[in-house]
Formats: sequence, C-alpha cells, structure tokens
Amino acid sequence: MSFPWANEYKPKHPAMVWLDEKLPLPRFVYNAVGAGYPVPRNLNYMWNFGVLAGFCLVIQIVTGIVLAMHYAANTEVAFSSTEHIMRDVNWGWMLRYAHANGASAFFVVVYAHIFRGFYFGSYKAPREMIWLLGVVIFLLMMATAFMGYVLPWGQMSFWGAQVITGLFSAIPLVGDGLHQWLLGGFAPDNAALNRFFSLHFLLPFVILGVVILHIWALHIPGSSNPTGVEVKSESDTVPFHPYYTAKDGFGLAVFLFLYCAMLFFFPNALGHPDNYIPANPMQTPAHIVPEWYFWPFYAILRAFTADLTIPFTHIVLVPAKLLGVLAMFSAILVWFALPWLDTSPVRSGHYRPRFRKIYWALVIDVVVLGYCGGSPAEEPFVMISQIAAAYYFLHFFIILPLVSMTETPQPLPFSITESVLGKDEAATLAPAE
Amino acid sequence: MPRLIAALVGAFFTLCLLIAFGTGLVSYISEPPAKTVEAAFHKAPNEDFHLQSDGPFGTFNRQQLQRGFQVYKEVCSACHSLSYVAFRDLKEIGYNDAEVKAIAAGFKVPVYNAATGELKTRDGVPTDHFPPVVYGGSGSPPNLSLITKARHGGAAYVHSLLTGYTDQPAELLKKYPESKTPDGLFYNPYFANLNIAMPPPLVSDGQVSYKDGTKATVDQMATDVAAFLVWTAEPKLEKRHQTGWPVLGFLLFASVLAYMAYRNVWADKKH
Repeated sequence: MSFPWANEYKPKHPAMVWLDEKLPLPRFVYNAVGAGYPVPRNLNYMWNFGVLAGFCLVIQIVTGIVLAMHYAANTEVAFSSTEHIMRDVNWGWMLRYAHANGASAFFVVVYAHIFRGFYFGSYKAPREMIWLLGVVIFLLMMATAFMGYVLPWGQMSFWGAQVITGLFSAIPLVGDGLHQWLLGGFAPDNAALNRFFSLHFLLPFVILGVVILHIWALHIPGSSNPTGVEVKSESDTVPFHPYYTAKDGFGLAVFLFLYCAMLFFFPNALGHPDNYIPANPMQTPAHIVPEWYFWPFYAILRAFTADLTIPFTHIVLVPAKLLGVLAMFSAILVWFALPWLDTSPVRSGHYRPRFRKIYWALVIDVVVLGYCGGSPAEEPFVMISQIAAAYYFLHFFIILPLVSMTETPQPLPFSITESVLGKDEAATLAPAE
Repeated sequence: MPRLIAALVGAFFTLCLLIAFGTGLVSYISEPPAKTVEAAFHKAPNEDFHLQSDGPFGTFNRQQLQRGFQVYKEVCSACHSLSYVAFRDLKEIGYNDAEVKAIAAGFKVPVYNAATGELKTRDGVPTDHFPPVVYGGSGSPPNLSLITKARHGGAAYVHSLLTGYTDQPAELLKKYPESKTPDGLFYNPYFANLNIAMPPPLVSDGQVSYKDGTKATVDQMATDVAAFLVWTAEPKLEKRHQTGWPVLGFLLFASVLAYMAYRNVWADKKH
C-alpha cells in the first residue's frame, strides 16, 4: 500500500521494461526505498537510525563471513585461531575489530532507534506489527551477540556462557535437564562452542529475514513522524529518494566516522581485558561482566537477591535466581505489550507533558541500571540497582498506563504541513476534527 | 484487562525488589561490609607511565622494543612463554633475517615423533613460534604474548608490577594481621590479591647489558619490557594507526560532501 500520490515506477530503458514485465525487482526497490515511497517531510535525525541499523547488520554479516573462513570452533584452538586472525591473516586485525566494535555500534544504533520509538510513540496503532517485529529483532540480536562473544573462548567468553546458560537451570523441574541439553554437557565445552558457532552464523540471516518483514510492515501505514499526526495530503510528504537517501547518506557518513574512530584508535575500549586470557574452567574471574549492551538487563537479573518466602516462615515460594531470570526476561518482553499499555491517542512525546517527564526519568533509570550492571556485585551498586529496577518495572507496568489514561495532551497541529510551514491550506477546507 | 494484569506483574516485581532492598539495607546497616585488605591496599597502575606507542599517533620505538626483547629473553623467558609470537615476527621490530635466524636457533622447540613416540627438541627456525616454557615452581607464570591487553592498565600495569615490590606496610600488618604474606610469595600492591608468586625479577641496575649502551636501570628495563609486551600483544598497532588517519580524513570529507548534498537536495523543501 502507499499513498495515492506516490510516484509510479516507469522504466525507460528497453532492458528495464523487459525485466519489469518478467520480475519487477527494480519496481520493488523503487517503491521500498526509492522515489516511490512517500515519507513525511518533517523527520528529524532520530529517523536516521533505522537505515543505520540495517547498515550495521550488513557490516556484521560481511566481516563475519570472512572471519568465519579463518576461525576454528574448537576449544583447543579457538583462542589461538582468533590470535591467528589478529596476527597472520591479511587485514585480519581490522576485520576482527570491525566485527567486535560493529556489534557495539549496532547496539548503540538500535538503542537509539528503540528509544526514538518510545518517545514518539512509534509502537502505537497502526504500527504495532512494526514494533512487535522490532522487539523480535532485538531479542535475536541479543542472542546472536551473546553467542558471538563466546567464540574467542577467552575467560569472559567461557564464564559469560556459564552464567547465561545457567539462567535456564533456574526453571523449576526441567531447568537442569534443559541446561544440559542446551550446552550438550554439564558446563560450556566443545559441544557448546560448536553449536554457538553454528547458531551465531545462522541467526544474522534470521535477523535479516525479520528485518525484511519489519520494513514490509512499515510500508503498510508508512513512516511515523515527530508530530505523530498522520499524513493527510501530498504536501505532507516527500519521496524517499532523493530526500531521505541524501539525509541518510549524511547520517551514514557521520556514523562511519565515529565507528572508524573506535575501530582504529580505541578498538578494545569496550571489551574486557579478561577476554584476552584463554578460557580456564578452573579459574573464575574476579568479576563476571557481560558486554556493555547487556548491562541494564544484567543489573535487573542481579537485583533480585532475596527469595520470595511465605511470610514468617522459611518456605521458599520462588527462589531469588528464578525471580531474577523472570524479571530480566519480563523487562524486555513487556515491550511487546507496549502498544496496549500506552493507551493515549497522542503518539508524539512532544505533545504529552507528563509522558515526557517519565520518559526522561526512564532514560536516566536505564543509564543507572547500566552503570550498576557493569560494576561489581557489591554495595552500594546492588541497592542502587534494586531501586532502579523497581522504577523500571513501575514505569512500564504501572506509571505509563496511568499517565496515558490521565494526562491532558497539548493541542496537535492539524497536519505535518502546518507544523512545518505554520499553516496548511488544506486545513481550511477540511472539517474540524 | 491487559493493563490490570500488567499492573499486577509490575507490582509483584517491585514488591520483590523492595523486599530484597530492605533485607540488603538492614544487613548493610547492622553489619557494614568490612573493607577487604585488597580494597584497602591495592594500588592502581601508575598513570604517569607513557610510551611512544600510546595514543592515536603512537608508533613503536624499535630500539626500545629490541631492548625489551633482550630483557624478556634474558630474564622473563625462564618462566614465561610468548607462544602467540613467531620468531619471524621479530623482523617487524628491526632485526634482519640473519639475526632472526640466530635468535630462533637459540630456542629449543619440542618435536614429537608420532611413529616412535619420542619427544625430542630441535633448534628453532624463524617460522616457529616461541616454544612453551616448562615451569616446575609454584604459581603459574602466564603466557606474556597478550599480557598488556589482558590486564587493566596494560603496559603501565606491567611496569608498576615489575617495579612495585616492597615490604608489607606496617599499617597493613597492624590492621589485617592474618594477611601477612605467606612464605614463598612476595608482597606487591599492584597485584590483584597483593601477594604474587613471582620473585622480584628485576633486582639490580645493570642486570641486562644493553647493546645500544642505554643504562639498564631497573626502571629502564621495566619500561623497555613493557614496551616490548605492547608490541607482542598488538603487533599491528602502528599499521592500525597509519590506516586510521586516512580513513578518518576520507570520512570527514565524505561527511562534508554528504551534508552539502543533503542541503542541496532539500533546498526547495522547508522541513
């Protein structure tokens, strides 16, 4: 579907006419990311991050495929094959640093994309499906990143795998069996490394598939915009190409500049030194910490330090570990429910004064959680993360639904055109809403 | 209905967290966690330690790397291996082919004959890696190839550790009498648990006689070997820096061009 005023693809060259009749692939691209896709004219720079995320996926797939040609997924040699890439493979150091920092860049971009969605209500009708698919992509990314971090088989790889797969053993009754089945053993070892490598290679292509669905679903209602007012007329939109290809091109160049600055000058700044020590199952690192992009969720996991008992007895209803695991997963899964928790008909945070306050409180809260998640599991970090995690749950499960029911939004512009130009001639013709 | 369920779920987790917080707070107040001896006496690596390889313009000082290699060979290699480095790599720090051959020949490389089951050694050749070191003493000397990337503080940590041996402070023994350094270990405030199995390796000036005439003070030897270990951990550091600047220059240029293209395309559209 598209707006009636969308440009139509008209092949000029006879070869393209021929191709368009047999397989309208150019038409498809033209309508998806070309001049055939009308996009609101008022998108700000926060709308650059979707394209950037797609670009990151491409970086990861391309560098990853070449790295896989040189890497050996066997616990005996995995670490030294990584060093072989760093030392002996032509430009291997650049590929590996591009891939490791590419993962971080991907998460930076995706977090920006998600928080843009939070602020501008991008998850609301009619765009729920885009949002749901986006959360699926995020979950797949987390699984892929986790398994990728295990592959070099350093200390943090091994102990990270130990901790994260250990989460499954918290499930009542079937937990231990499930844990061993997932690992192919009692602890991370060669069987686990092999399947992680296999899945780490597979999942990016699954992500690619879901990304295609995500974009497909986007093209049904069209892109959202900072006012949250739906497109009403042709003057509200511009064709994606050349307007947004140009703007995304600029965003991409700036992104690549920052990414390459990390890659060439601070390639290990986001990594942990312990992962340059080969995995040693007999020696636990002083502090096991995951990569930075998992820190907020890791903090939520560790915040649950007390078993849930029947009051005044010592009968444990839910052990702390299981609570932590349930909470950590709920912290992400609640995003699936967001379109139905936030019932305010106004999408954009620009016109929601109370929502704006709780939004920024959430941003600060997640940063605090992240800081605690990267710190050792000691006081005061545990107590701070308990308060911050409590706020996180209050925000999504209670405060956000309440605010959306009670707040009075500010008046919306009649249309995107009016918000940009200050007036919209169509407004005088249309009946008042 | 979904909002009611959500509110209950949220309230449940919040309640559990508040219980955990309350329990934690009570025990924190009733029994404040005592400061461990490590927390009280561990020192962060010296921040004033600088090498030519530091920073985005960093390059290797090959003279220094060769001195550092000499320290490694004459002092460290008795216990520490360097197995991710090959002898051929030493050409990158300024040795010529003949020198690399001679250095390699100075190391014995193990060869296992699968037909006879014999384990023999032969002289190393440039394509060999530094051989593993068989160590019989207490402690487990780490492979040094990656040590400056595998420790917080990197080269500064190596330098601080090598020059940081001291007697246990009287204050430590007074406050933590049970933390007296056990026999066979050595007190070093830069080591994570304060007591390291490695005896002070660099003990006197002139322990190594440098070929280039540099005075081999303990500090100089520690600095040189730290510089050498930066190279063993990141042999492509120079190439990385040399590649990075043109890449960033190009991307800066591309960003400016892309910005101008963006302004140009949008010139007729208010947005």
